Parts: sequence; structure tokens; C-alpha cells
Amino acid sequence: MAKKNDTLEYSKIDSRPGEPAFKARSSVKAKDIEHRRKINFNIGRYNAVVPVGKTQFYDLETARMMAKNKKWEAIEHLDRSLLQFEEELVKRGGEVIWAQDADEALANILEICKAVNCKTVVKSKSMVTEEIHLNAFLGQNGIDSIETDLGEYIQQLDEEPPYHIVTPAMHKSKEDVARLFANKLGTEPNLNPSQLTQIARYKLREKYVQAEVGVTGANFLIAETGSIALTENEGNGRLSAGFPKIHIAIVGIEKVIPKLEDLALFWPLLSTYGTGQFVTAYNSIISGPRQKNSEPDGPERMIVILLDNGRTKMLADAKTREAMFCIRCGSCLNACPIYKNIGGHAYGTTYSGPIGKVITPWLRGMPDYKHLSNSSSLCGNCTEVCPVKINIHELILNNRHEAVVRGESKLSERLAWKMWKVSSNSRALMNAGNGNLKNKVVGSLFKAWNKHHTPLEFAPKTFNQMWKEQHKN
Amino acid sequence: MKVSIFVPCFIDQLYPQVAFNMVKVLQKAGCEVDYNANQTCCGQPAFNAGFYEDSKDICRKFLKDFKDTEYIVAPSASCVGFVKNNYSKLFENSSEGAEVNVLKEKIYEFTDFLVNVLKQEDFNAVFENKITYHDSCAALRECHIKKEPRALLDHVKGLELVEMNDVETCCGFGGSFAVKFEDISGAMADQKVNNALQTDAKYIVSTDMSCLMHIDGYAKKRQLPVKCLHIADVLASGW
Ligand code: SF4
Repeated sequence: MAKKNDTLEYSKIDSRPGEPAFKARSSVKAKDIEHRRKINFNIGRYNAVVPVGKTQFYDLETARMMAKNKKWEAIEHLDRSLLQFEEELVKRGGEVIWAQDADEALANILEICKAVNCKTVVKSKSMVTEEIHLNAFLGQNGIDSIETDLGEYIQQLDEEPPYHIVTPAMHKSKEDVARLFANKLGTEPNLNPSQLTQIARYKLREKYVQAEVGVTGANFLIAETGSIALTENEGNGRLSAGFPKIHIAIVGIEKVIPKLEDLALFWPLLSTYGTGQFVTAYNSIISGPRQKNSEPDGPERMIVILLDNGRTKMLADAKTREAMFCIRCGSCLNACPIYKNIGGHAYGTTYSGPIGKVITPWLRGMPDYKHLSNSSSLCGNCTEVCPVKINIHELILNNRHEAVVRGESKLSERLAWKMWKVSSNSRALMNAGNGNLKNKVVGSLFKAWNKHHTPLEFAPKTFNQMWKEQHKN
Repeated sequence: MKVSIFVPCFIDQLYPQVAFNMVKVLQKAGCEVDYNANQTCCGQPAFNAGFYEDSKDICRKFLKDFKDTEYIVAPSASCVGFVKNNYSKLFENSSEGAEVNVLKEKIYEFTDFLVNVLKQEDFNAVFENKITYHDSCAALRECHIKKEPRALLDHVKGLELVEMNDVETCCGFGGSFAVKFEDISGAMADQKVNNALQTDAKYIVSTDMSCLMHIDGYAKKRQLPVKCLHIADVLASGW
């Protein structure tokens, strides 16, 4: 049965599942030199600042290892850490809803909104809300859901999903944004970035006043204190969480960390690897709704929706579980030569880049997404840059293996590897046939190779044959 | 010193001269070179496609072929990195485990072996050209080789090394990736070749013929003025 939220994809952007659609999209982008230029420019800026951020660590390698260990602890004991989170939050008047999938999360959100006759939702940047297609769903139900992060606001105006998990409008130049504002908001063309920001700010302030409900994600769930932690640079997350009467935080279950003090490690790590900052401009820890006796303001209700949506499938796999350590810093995307060529939309998934290749087949099914694991040169740069030291490229490879084990590989491929095994087991077979014959056979098999390369040229004789001839006696 | 060479399958089939040049350099360094003519492949291709069981059979053969050796040297960081880092995963908790532990300590990539085991960097090679050097992902991230090839090239007379931009970025080969997603792979080669061309180098040199096969095929198809050479070919030049 088609899930409700499957019909809520962005209509402007092709995000059809499956290999042929992915290949078509990625081929177009790979040839788009202007796209390549913009992405390299923006990632170049990121590359210039990250080393500055790193200088704040006395011993970066140890910090990364410690962060990995903390996440390991939280994920290995997820059953306990999530319950602890719930218990602590409830003590302070917060509410927790456990949602098995997107439909369950959406139904709960709608119910909360309807109860206060909500017409407008303000929301901060959150990939989980993208994952469940919250904006489109609320729109269908007559509720205006407004993105308040500048990058997300730009993307929403352009009716596009975020292009990158940290910098949603990375593929747009400042000229592109000025044009978009002129088209959609009727502003003067050619405004500069600070003028554009002022316009967005002005528009969004109105919405904060109107909104009955504020929606946020969370960068971390702190088990010890039952708090959520928000990391941002614009203050819009704080406003979305604090200004409206109701605050809903939608959070993937993997976001948990054991203790409050762990933020001392995770905040600088996330900031450095996300944007090259020592620490982002705003960091909030929210541990419940307004406390009636001691706090003059704040929301009346705070509801945290803990979302599974396929994550427990990863949890059940001893190897892939490591992918749940991800703190969504975006560093592996920026380091990925494939991401830089095909961009964020070609993947057709909420989570793009290397980590997207690891988790999407688990979240949304191998049959439709296993090709993503094949679309990697396994160069390993993602693993090198991951702040929590996830073995990303090994998990991509592990997905290939998983597909084979599940019998989801193509028959032609299975046969090809059997043939390979037979010939690689026999020196005589590897020497059989002369170079010309091999050129013909392989040339016909490797049509795709010949598209961008001159054909392979086999030597008339193998090294093995020549060596044997030279060492006859 | 007795050195057993491993000649990777694609070098055996496509670039035998690279292996002969490696032998030439090793012999000049005073090694007694041994070649077990039964050898075929390290097993990596099937492994990287996710076919671990098919791969394992070939890895077992490799273990057997290189059982009684002192040092194993191969002109490919890709194969060496695979043996070093993945054999133990394939043979985890199996009877071959102990053998794998021995194997992965005695196998070396060619330049790593010259510089770090033999401690020789100068072979009186002469190569009067401007070149640029491509760090293969396997050399860089699987075998942690970065300085070694440069140290060797530094002693080649007449050779001028100009580093290219994004020198540590993948060239886009990735084995079956290059034929499954040929347009992405091609775009990556395009950037690599462009970066190389900007240095004005005549040759791209590397430890890995697999990268070079891809880069060279791309450059030739577009008739771009840059050629590829394995580092063994350079070190064996001029003498
Ligand atoms: S996998 Fe690592 S590098 Fe990639 S987004 Fe997650 S934490 Fe960052």
C-alpha cells in the first residue's frame, strides 16, 4: 500500500526511486559545468574555514574518538537512553510521542495543530521534517508551514527540497537568490545578500506573531536531563521553539547522547565540521515547556516526537548501526567528489552524499536505493573527514554485500563474478587467447567504458607468459 | 634479500612492462626477485562488488600462492591495501586467520618497499620531463603513502615535479563504478585531467595503474596533451 507521505514529494524536482532515474539525473548534472563551478566555489569557502575551526582542539583525533565512543554508548543502549530521556522530560511537563513511521508522526502533528485551530506553523531547519514531508502535508491540511532558516526559506520559495543537509541553498549563487526574490516577492532585482536577508527577516517576523505552533528538529537529545539541544546561526530555531504556544520537536531516535556535559565535545565538533566555526552563534538547551511557577514565558506545551521510520532496521544490523552515530554535520558531502559532481538533488533522497548512500537503502528499502551504494568509487575521503569516525565507505561497501546476500543482485552480475572466479582460479585460463581476442571480447562487454575512454588494449602476451618464456629452464 | 612479486591481474594482462620495470628496479636494488607463476589476482574486484564469497575463493588462492615468502611487493597500492585491510575481515574467526596476519605484515606497495624497507631512493634514473603526481586513494588512505613516491621522483635526473590542484581527490575510477556510472566517473576524470593540464606537465605519474588506465583512456579519447606513466616506468628510465 502506498504510504500517505509518498505522494508529498516536491513536484518540481524529480526524485523518482530506482537506478535508471538516478543515472539519468546524475548524468545531466555531471555534465553541467556551471553547476560544478558554483558547488566548487561554495565548498571551496567551506574548505577554507574548517582548518580554522579545527585549531580550537588541542588534540582533534582524541576528540573525534571520544565523540565516537559517546555515540556508541548512546546507540548501544538506545532502549535505555531513550526511556531515560522520556522520563526526565515528562518530569518537567514535556510530552513524548513515539512514532513508528512518517504517517504516524504526521497524524500526531495534525492532531496537535487542529486542537488549537492552527493556521500557521513556523519551523526551523530540520532534515527529519523533510524526511516526512511535513510542509506539503500541512499544506494539504490547510496549514501554512513556513521555513524560517534563511537557506530553507530560499528553498521553500523556489519549491525545492534542501540541496545539502547543512547548507540547503548551496547550489544557488547570490545572483540566483536575488532573482528568485524578485520573481516570488516582487523585490527589486539585484539586491545584495544583506538586503535580501533584511527582506526575509521582515517577512518572517510577521509569521512568528501569527503562528500557533512552532516546529523544530533537534541536533541532540540529552538522555540524562531529558533535553533537546538546538544548534543554529540565525536565532530562528530559538524563536520557533520559544515564541508560539506549542513547540513540537521532531527528532530521529539516533540523535541521543548520554550526558549534558557531552555537549562540550559535540557542539564544537558539529560547528567545526559543519561550518568551520568554533561554535555556532546560537545554541539552546530546551528541557520542557514553560515552568508555571518560575518562568514568565515560553510555550505551554512541548512535545517531542521520537521518530523511527526505518532506523531500527539499521540498529538491528551490527555493522550498519554505526551509521547512527552521524551528527549530520555535512562534512562527508563536502568531501565527496561525487557529491561535488552531481549535487544534492540528483540522489532523489532526503539525505544525500556518502551518509545518504549508507542509510537510505535501510530507511527506504534496498530494491529502490541499493544502486546508491554502487555509485561510489570507494575513495574513502568521507571516512577520513567524518568527525565521529564512521567508516562510511566501508558501510557503503557493506550495503553492496547486503544486497548480494539478500539475493538482490542482478543475474548477469552474479554470472559475471562466477566466470571471474573460474578464470582467476586458473592461471592457464588467464593466459588463454591472445591480446587481440581479449580486446574484442572485453571491448564488446565494456560499452560503457568506451563512452569516455579509448578501448582497453591487452598486451599480445601476459606478463606471466613472457616471464615463463624468459625463465624456461 | 628475496622478494616475491605480485603482478596484479590487470597489469599482467594490460601493462606487463610495468611489472618488468618493477623487477628491473628491484634487481638493481640488490633483491633476488621471485615470481610464482601460479598467481592470478588478489580477489579485490568481486569483493568491491559485494560478492564476498566469490572473492574469498581467490583470496584463499592468493594465500596459498604466497605462503612461503619473505616479502611480497606489488606495483599497486590498491591490491596491497586490499590485502592489508580486508583479508582479515573476510577470514575473521576462520582457520586462515593466523596466516592472514602474517601475510598482511609482509606485503608492500613497490615505492613503500623501496623507501621504507630497502631504504633506497636513488636508482640513477634519468627522465627529462615535467610531470605531475597523482595520489591514488588506495595509496593515500589505505596504505598511507604520500612522501615515498615523491622522495623517489626527487632523485630522478631531469625530472621536474609540479603538484596539481586537488591532488588528493579521487580520479573517478573505482572499478565497476567506472562502467556502472560512466558519466559520473568521466566527469571526475575530466577534473583530474584538467588539474593536471594546468600544471603544464607532460606526464601524470602514479603508484596505481588502475587510476592511470582510467585517466589515460579519458585523456586519449579527448586527445588531450598529457600521458600517463607508472612510477616503476619512470624509475627504470635512462639506465
Ligand atoms: S556521516 Fe559523519 S561526516 Fe557525514 S554528516 Fe554524518 S557525522 Fe558528518
